[in-house]
Amino acid sequence: MGLEPQFETVYKRPDTFTPTTTHYCPGCTHGIAHRLVAEVLEEMDLQEKTIGVASVGCSVFAYKYFDCDFVEAAHGRAPAMATGIKRVLPDRIVFTYQGDGDLASIGMAEIVHSTARGENITAIFVNNANYGMTGGQMAPTTLPGQKTTSSPAGRDIEDTGYPIRTAEMLATLDGAGYIVRRSLHDPKNIRKAKKAIRLAFETQERGLGFSMVELLSTCPTNWGMNPVQSLQWIEERMIPYFPLEDFKVSPNLSQVRV
Amino acid sequence: MAKELLKGNEAIAEAAVRSGLEAYFGYPITPQTELLEWLSVRMPELGRTFMQAESELAAINMVYGAACTGARVMTSSSSPGISLMMEGISYIAGTELPVVLVDVMRAGPGLGNIAPAQGDYNQIVHGGGHGDFRPIVLAPASVQESIDLTGEAFKLADKYRAIVVVLIDGSIGQMMEPAELPPMQQVDRQRPNWAVTGAKDRDRRILSSIYIDPENEEQTNFRLLERWNQIEANEIRYKEYYLDDAEIVVVGFGTSGRVALSAVRAARAEGIPVGLLRPISVSPFPYARLKQLSEQACGMLVVEMNSGQMLHDVQTAVGGKIPVEFYGRMGGVIPLPDEILEQISRLCYEPVAPSANPRESWMDRMDLAKN
Repeated sequence: MGLEPQFETVYKRPDTFTPTTTHYCPGCTHGIAHRLVAEVLEEMDLQEKTIGVASVGCSVFAYKYFDCDFVEAAHGRAPAMATGIKRVLPDRIVFTYQGDGDLASIGMAEIVHSTARGENITAIFVNNANYGMTGGQMAPTTLPGQKTTSSPAGRDIEDTGYPIRTAEMLATLDGAGYIVRRSLHDPKNIRKAKKAIRLAFETQERGLGFSMVELLSTCPTNWGMNPVQSLQWIEERMIPYFPLEDFKVSPNLSQVRV
Repeated sequence: MAKELLKGNEAIAEAAVRSGLEAYFGYPITPQTELLEWLSVRMPELGRTFMQAESELAAINMVYGAACTGARVMTSSSSPGISLMMEGISYIAGTELPVVLVDVMRAGPGLGNIAPAQGDYNQIVHGGGHGDFRPIVLAPASVQESIDLTGEAFKLADKYRAIVVVLIDGSIGQMMEPAELPPMQQVDRQRPNWAVTGAKDRDRRILSSIYIDPENEEQTNFRLLERWNQIEANEIRYKEYYLDDAEIVVVGFGTSGRVALSAVRAARAEGIPVGLLRPISVSPFPYARLKQLSEQACGMLVVEMNSGQMLHDVQTAVGGKIPVEFYGRMGGVIPLPDEILEQISRLCYEPVAPSANPRESWMDRMDLAKN
C-alpha cells in the first residue's frame, strides 16, 4: 500500500468492442469509425439496449467487432431491417453501419424513406469513394476523374454522371433529425467525428428522428496509395467535393452538451 | 363465433390479427391490397405495428428485422411484388426465422394483369429465392380455409423457424363467403431464446445468413434439410373427395381444385368413377398419397390455372405408371366446371398412353377448341 505507482488510465479498449483483430486493410479508417461508435455506445451506457445492423461491403463483418446484439442485412437493406427492429422494440437503440455502395447506390430507396419517415434510427455512413469489398469499383461517390477498376480511365461524368452528396440530399427531408458529414483523416477531425456520432445517438435516444453521420474514410488498398497519401487525398480531393458540415441539426439538440 | 360474410383478403388479415400478429409490413398491389388496408386500421387500434413500406423490397426486409426480435410478423403481396421479395425470403430462410407470407397470385409473366392465376407455383414451391431451401406452402381453396390455414401458418412458422407461405389466387382474395373467425389471441411478447433484443443479462446474439466458411454453410444446408425432412414427415395436408372407388383421379390446388370438385360431382352424377385429391400443403407435396392412388387408378388429370407447374410434381409421384393428363387455363382465365368435366369424360372413354406428353396434347386440344 502506498508504494505502488499510481497510474491513471487514459486510453483503453472500450468494453463495447470484442477482443478480436479486424479484417480491415492496413491504413483503412474503418477501424477508427468502429472505435468511435464503440466508445460512444460505452459512454452512453447503451451496450445492453443496442442492436446493430451490419451491411454488405467491407463492413459485412461489423457484427464481429461490436459487443452487442447484431443482425446482418442484405445489400442496401439495412435501414429497412433496422426499421423492422425499431418498430417492434422502440425503446432499444438501433443503428446501421453502411458503406457508400450499400447506402448510396443499391440501398438509396431504403435510406431516403427511412429518413423521410423520421425513423428513429442512426446510420453510420462510411464514404470511401469506391466499392471496397469487391476490389475497388466505381461507386456513386467516386469523384470525377477518379480511377477505379470499373472506370479505369477515370470517372467520366459525361458517361456516368456525378457523385451523390448523400448527406445534403437527406437533409432536405423533414424526417431528418441530425445529418452531418465528418472526416477521419486527422486527429482533430476524428474528435469532431466522435462528437457527431455521439450527437447522432443522442438524437435517437431523444426520439428526434433519423440521424446519420457520413464519414469520409480512406481506402489505401483500392486507391493504390499508402496510408499517408490516402489521408492527404481525403483532405485535398474528397473534402472539396464533400464538405464537412452540419446539414440538419434538430433544434432540440442545442441543449445537449457532449 | 358465428359465421359472417367475409372477403378473402380481409378474412386472412383478421385471422392474422387474431393469431397474435405483432407486426405487419406491406405494400399495395392488386389483388392483395384489402389485406394491407384492413391491417392499417386493426393493428394500430390494438397497439400493434403496421407499416406501409416504400416497396416490397423494403417490406420484406422490415419483416426480416422484426422477425429477428422474435415478434410474430407477416407480409403479403401479389405475384410481381413477391418477385421483388425473393431476395429477402432467401435471407429469412438462411437466418432460420419464422415468417408468414401471403401471396395473392395474379396473371403473368411481367405486369400481366390483375385476374386470378396460379403461375407462381414454381416461384414459390420450387423457389422462394436463391440458395438451397424449401418454404412451407399452404394453398387454401375457400375463405374459411384461408382463415384456418393463416392460423396454422403461424404455428408452423414458429415450430420449424421457417417461412410459411399462404398461396391463394386473386379470386379467393376477392370473393366473399360466409366464414367463421377464430377467437382473439393476444400478442405473445415473450421472446424466444435466439432473438436479438439487446444483450441485457445475457451473452450477445448475432442473427445472420452469412456462413463464410463453406463447411459451415454446408452444415447449415444440412440443418435446413433435416428440418425439411421433419416437415415432410409431419406436415403433409390434403383433402380427398370421392376417392374410395375412383378410377380417375383429378388433382388440383386452390381455386382450380375447387372448380374441379364441381366437375367431379357432375361426372359422378353421370356415373363416372372419378375423385379429387386437393393438395393443401403444396410444399411439402403429397407424393406418397399420389403414388398410392396411382396404384388404384387408371389415369390422372391435373388441373391448374397455369401451363402445368404442379403437373411435374404429380408426374414425379406417379412415376409413369398410369397416364397423367393436364388441363389448364392461363392469363387470368378461370376454368369452368364444364371444361373440366369434358376432360374427365375424355379420360374415361378415350384411353391415353402413359408415354403421351400431357402438355403437348393439352395444347393440341386447346387449338382444336379454338378452331
